[in-house]
Amino acid sequence: MNQLPALVRVFAYLSLLTVGGGMAAFPELKVLTVEVHHWLTFKQLIHLYSVGQMAPGPNMMMIVSIGEWVAGPMGALVVVLAFFGPTAALALLVGRLWKRLEHWPWRDSIRKGLAPVSIGLLLAGCFTLARGAIFGLETAAVMVATLLILLQYEINPALLILAAAIIGAFSFTPR
Amino acid sequence: MNSSGLNLKFAPDSPSPAPVNASILDIFIEFLIIGATSFGGGVVAYLRNGLVVKRQWVTDKEFVEMLSISQTLPGLNATNMAILVGDRLRGVLGAFAAIFAVCLPGGILMYIAGLLYQEHGSRPVANAALQGVAAAAVGLILATGVQLGRKSLSGNTDLVFIVITIIGVNRLHLSVPRVLIAVGIMATIWYRPRSRPGGYSSQ
Repeated sequence: MNQLPALVRVFAYLSLLTVGGGMAAFPELKVLTVEVHHWLTFKQLIHLYSVGQMAPGPNMMMIVSIGEWVAGPMGALVVVLAFFGPTAALALLVGRLWKRLEHWPWRDSIRKGLAPVSIGLLLAGCFTLARGAIFGLETAAVMVATLLILLQYEINPALLILAAAIIGAFSFTPR
Repeated sequence: MNSSGLNLKFAPDSPSPAPVNASILDIFIEFLIIGATSFGGGVVAYLRNGLVVKRQWVTDKEFVEMLSISQTLPGLNATNMAILVGDRLRGVLGAFAAIFAVCLPGGILMYIAGLLYQEHGSRPVANAALQGVAAAAVGLILATGVQLGRKSLSGNTDLVFIVITIIGVNRLHLSVPRVLIAVGIMATIWYRPRSRPGGYSSQ
């Protein structure tokens, strides 16, 4: 069955939700890819998303993996275009208008108003992720440790995530 | 606060575009480097280092201004910044070169990661390692939320908007666009323009 149109629809829609970052779209990403289209399981989504946090560049490139799973190389390409195309066009347009909107008093109101909403959406996405990623004491400990270290020290998060992978491999493996 | 520069006058030739001489290839290469080295998120720091410090394509002030556009619009910071800077330097082609380059390395990497995961993801060791990765990712995203909050929130009412947003998505299971639009409008009205020239101004 040809899944490309569904991929385009889903990822073009998701792209418009990424206000303040990719995490804002995570709850809908889960609903659409896991529950509606059954392209992957929630656990697989969590794994790919988490690995994607380590990858360089925009932190949503894990969508490439989903596209590839669903429809091969073509799927990967289509997903990238659908996900980045609409917001790129919007950024281009608004970027050029922004200067002209300088004296429009609502510009700053919108900016200030969206700041807390985007943080709320980030946290909401994070809690959705946590529901599938945090179970039991060990995973909670890794989460808290990562949070505290990052707030306290200037350290590359990729190193911490790598360390967590090693801790996980040694201590979470069922014997 | 990063908005204080907004009332800068609309000078016919504000310092930016004139002296910069960046070819499409330069843009492609710089964004490719940023796209390939910004491991572990925090791409904004890499962008600033590459574009402001190293290449001096934009000033710090312009960078902050573009970042505030990027964060207000839907789209990821990395790709929105690529579009804005690329367009500033070389128009639509520059924008295209920048976004393509910044996505390319991570895209290839996640393509390979996806294939590997499909092949080996169900092995117990891989599964256990990925549990660790996922737990750490939650910690990382929480830290991002805290750091963003410290930087960009304007007052205690913002906490209320944050809580309403979270409850809407996670407890009431409303769809993200509904919550985004509803709370976005509420918060925008809360921050509506107040001090009109000639009118009364509160605070």
